[in-house]
Amino acid sequence: MLRFALRRLALLVPVLFGLSVLLFVWIRVLPGDPARSLLGERATPAGIKQIRELYGFDKPLLEQYWAYLGQLVRLDFGSSIRDGRPVTETFFEQFPATVELALFAILFAVVLGIPLGYAAARRRGEAVDGVVITGSLLGVVVPVFFLAILLKLVFAIQLDWFPTSSRQDPRIDATHITNFYVLDGLLTREFDASWDALVHLVLPAVALGTIPLAIIVRITRASVSEVLNEDYVRTADAKGLHPPVVRRRHVLRNAMLPVLTTIGLQVGLLLSGAVLTETVFSFNGIGSYLFDAISQRDYPVLQGYILFIALIYSLVNLAVDLGYGLFDPRVRVS
Amino acid sequence: MSIAAPTEPSGAGQPTPVADVAGESLLRGAWRRLRRSPLAIAGAAIVLVFVVVALAAPLLAPYEPASTQWAGLVTPQSVPGPATDHLLGLDSFGSDMLTQLIYGARQSLIVGVVSTVLGLSVGATLGLAAGGFGGKVDTIVMRLVDVLLSIPSLLLAVSVAAVIGQSQLSVMIAIGVAQVPVFARLLRGSMMLQSKSDYVLAADALGIRRRRIVMGHVLPNSMGPTIVQATLALATAIIEVAALSFLGLGDGDPAVAEWGRMLVAAQERFGNDPRLAVYPGVCIAITALGFTLFGEALREALDPRQRR
Amino acid sequence: MRLPSTPTGRARRAVALFAAAALATGAAGCAESERSSDSSSGSGGSGGSFVFAGSAEPVTLDPFYASDGESFRVARQIFEGLVGTKPGTADPAPLLAESWERSEDGLTTTFKLREGVKFSDGTNFNAEAVCFNFERWYNTPPGIAQSEDLSYYYGKTFRGFAKGKNTDGIYKSCEVKGELEAVITLTDPFAGFIAALSLPAFAMQSPTALDKYSVPAGKDPRKGEYANEFPTGTGPFVLGSWDKGSKVTLDRNDDYWGEKAKVDQAIVVAIADPGARRDALISGDVDGFDLVGPADISTLEDEGMTIADRDAFNVLYLGFNQAVKPLDDLKVREAIAHAVNKEEVVSASLPEGTEPATQFMPDLVNSYSEDVTTYEYDPELAKQMLADAGQSDLTLEFNYPTEISRPYMPSPEATFNVLRSQLRAVGITIKPTADQWEDYLGVTTGTAKHGIHLLGWTGDYNDADNFLGVFFGTKTQEWGFDNPELFDALKEARGLSTVDEQVTAYKKISEDVMEFLPGIPLASPVPSLAFAPGVQGYEPSPVQDEVWSGVTVEN
Repeated sequence: MLRFALRRLALLVPVLFGLSVLLFVWIRVLPGDPARSLLGERATPAGIKQIRELYGFDKPLLEQYWAYLGQLVRLDFGSSIRDGRPVTETFFEQFPATVELALFAILFAVVLGIPLGYAAARRRGEAVDGVVITGSLLGVVVPVFFLAILLKLVFAIQLDWFPTSSRQDPRIDATHITNFYVLDGLLTREFDASWDALVHLVLPAVALGTIPLAIIVRITRASVSEVLNEDYVRTADAKGLHPPVVRRRHVLRNAMLPVLTTIGLQVGLLLSGAVLTETVFSFNGIGSYLFDAISQRDYPVLQGYILFIALIYSLVNLAVDLGYGLFDPRVRVS
Repeated sequence: MSIAAPTEPSGAGQPTPVADVAGESLLRGAWRRLRRSPLAIAGAAIVLVFVVVALAAPLLAPYEPASTQWAGLVTPQSVPGPATDHLLGLDSFGSDMLTQLIYGARQSLIVGVVSTVLGLSVGATLGLAAGGFGGKVDTIVMRLVDVLLSIPSLLLAVSVAAVIGQSQLSVMIAIGVAQVPVFARLLRGSMMLQSKSDYVLAADALGIRRRRIVMGHVLPNSMGPTIVQATLALATAIIEVAALSFLGLGDGDPAVAEWGRMLVAAQERFGNDPRLAVYPGVCIAITALGFTLFGEALREALDPRQRR
Repeated sequence: MRLPSTPTGRARRAVALFAAAALATGAAGCAESERSSDSSSGSGGSGGSFVFAGSAEPVTLDPFYASDGESFRVARQIFEGLVGTKPGTADPAPLLAESWERSEDGLTTTFKLREGVKFSDGTNFNAEAVCFNFERWYNTPPGIAQSEDLSYYYGKTFRGFAKGKNTDGIYKSCEVKGELEAVITLTDPFAGFIAALSLPAFAMQSPTALDKYSVPAGKDPRKGEYANEFPTGTGPFVLGSWDKGSKVTLDRNDDYWGEKAKVDQAIVVAIADPGARRDALISGDVDGFDLVGPADISTLEDEGMTIADRDAFNVLYLGFNQAVKPLDDLKVREAIAHAVNKEEVVSASLPEGTEPATQFMPDLVNSYSEDVTTYEYDPELAKQMLADAGQSDLTLEFNYPTEISRPYMPSPEATFNVLRSQLRAVGITIKPTADQWEDYLGVTTGTAKHGIHLLGWTGDYNDADNFLGVFFGTKTQEWGFDNPELFDALKEARGLSTVDEQVTAYKKISEDVMEFLPGIPLASPVPSLAFAPGVQGYEPSPVQDEVWSGVTVEN
């Protein structure tokens, strides 16, 4: 297990290296460069030339990459061309926001999804099953951004239960340590700030969590009903084992494996899915910043952020693979 | 955006075609099971209506698509509503709503099919290489797929749009590429499962060449989940067009008959004229629902263990 | 003005609404939150906080290195320049300088400074501080600090620095003539000099603070402590904190020389999506926001919000690329001009209250001419003219940007769509080419491969050079024509020494341009702001010179 983990970690180095080369070339062969978006509609050719020279975009690609690699080795990811802020600084300011959002979305999906899926599987073909399945189908056929807009319209504007935008009320003067706002409020004992951040998370998390919820419901349902049909469960039932024991020891434990895989996969997808939700709720995460960086060709931000995301994604994947071993002794990771 | 994938790209629920069932009888069984499922019938009906509308759009629509002669009637405050010459009124940019909705079906079908074929062919090739060769090839291909998954698919979409301009083609490529890892993982996963099964081990032991085993047995038996996934990918594509439009990456022409674009254009008028968003929104949801229902039913039908 | 900047408003209606709101809140009584009544320590104002949403974060709080509307918005609360603007206009007015006098040759300007003004760090504002600032600008270190995205306005206005690639600027010297008198000398006359000084980029900053937190030459000056934590000016607010990625908090400057701010705190947040800004206001998350979408105005009014309009200081045009045939044919350009129905373009895609434009500048500019050639909407004539020019089945590429909202172009797709329908009506086939904003700029201003296109400009100060000079000062790929006569005329007009001479010259140029017809000026869209019913005292300005000292917020 340890050797497996170490080998996968070692494999990350060439993968990330390859990705950095790929990204570098890819981003730079895109037409246009940051100068145009920096200078706006009245850019002069001289001004554009000046900026290209300043940031070295006029040098040969290989030379540029060499310089970038030199920076990377020193763990310097450069600074945004748009606002001059270091890439690491903005990333660790925005990434916690996205993670916080994704975690609450997953939490919402898991807490609601597993019991619903389980209930549907136990009562397969009954009314409960029909309602759950139909609901989960509806969850995936409504475009996320539209769902987000609807949620906002109903719960934030009509009913005024939740705020419409941002991570915290600007009138609150909160201290931020980790940039996980809910956690920060607890750490600094500013509980009202923590509560406020939590309230701001509800609608975006529900919007972002709906698709994972629908998927988890269906996977749980499929997986549980499969296990229920397995011989050992039938045997256990036939033996007259106490039903809760059967459920806990045999059904859930064995059915959780595919569910876990799905959750792992969703975490990765959530990161990119967050862009839509973050836009609708003006939630200051990496999504919208990265998205703007793409269209404005902010090379350092693009390169840095995608490398970070790839790294984190790979680590999450590894954790999921290791998690298999814990849940199912039959899976030996080799 | 690929978060909209309405299905689990790998893992559970995959049918494990039984080795000794010949292709034909498996299909016949599936057909029988499909006919008995009301959800499958509902899904198939929606898909059928959708395809007919898409193909017969010129016969059904009252006007030419993307006509702009009424553009001047729209103002930032209001859009003309239903009237005798425009049964559903105009859309946000002044085209006939009904015509745009009908031609929107055609547009969705084209985008869905082209992007799915693209994602399927590239993804399946990768998956086949990984599952078929195994070993080093498998490792390399699957790490590559991991990397592809970790790059936000939006970056792909923006890059494509930057290179070939904002058009339907870039939308199709972007959505198709986002599907590549899904198909690759799926096909590889189910081939791996097959390779461990007794008949393959037996064939191996008999000294049958690996290539023949893969192409003759493993691959055909792994096709079920792939077909299911392709059906579901059509639903995903229809939703993702809307997501891309929301981020300003769809077809740039405001008059183009495309549901996602119409929905996005309507959102700023949502407060005072919900009709504009509701029509395309309902079209997207129902069509996606149809393909999802049909795909799910297909999945269950192809799974011999579901036989009751 | 460049980059994300966009305001909006409808002045007359706004006044009425403000009055109505005042009555309404008066009747409802003063239900102030405990928090705000605690802190409104007898300043006579309403106290409390004013939360305002812009479209993006400021780039930097050192306005000299800024050129975007969001940085300037905050800078206008913290800093003041020698010259301000008359409320509600784009005309220069005394601010930190009580008066000024220009020599006859237009080269020397003597500023008499206001007495008793202090920077928020307690140091005196005087002639030495003025010269310190002028010298600081002139001596901007070469490298990143001189790049066009940082010291944009200095480069445009003074046209050169002490050192570096471009040293033939027009700044010569600043002389201290006693505590409250400073004399600025230029090497060449520049009639727009006073008006240009009203830009926040040329605001007076504390020499002491600048020295204390100086940024080493060659480093990005936006990153230093000064620009992030200690920007020090003479304005009615001081920086409380800049919580990056979240908000800028401004505290009232209790030692302000003029009328002190009524609110205790002003908080600026960034909400990029226009719909999200609208929702945030309706639900009470913010007290006001800038850049109202044309379609949102009626929704906001239905919800009881007030809309304040700025007078339009911008122009939107349909440009012709003369490098592409047959757009080089004046007859074809005139035919297209007759095919365009500006009234319909306005009603279909621009905010209510917008007037069609007749020339490449709004009517607020001093050199606006009443006698320019106009082209009546006459589709039959347009068809005839096209036929005469041998272009009966003309095909044109039409470039337009997507998913962008500029003050002069709130919904480009809608504008494109209605123009396309008008051009189709006279038999022109349109080949639409849509691009994202940045790519669009690259195509239309950086290459010759485009046909007709939508673009515009928001002016910075009252000077026709800020419009005509910006558009037609030199040969560009955007327009694709070479007209040395026009270029020379503009260059000459820029160097005239008095405003009167300049006005005459620019009127003539504007008239000539409308005969040459490089494009069709479409309209000057009215930019709007929106506020919660309890907000009063916000004065919209055509050049966004809006200082929040008069703003009160009743909850």
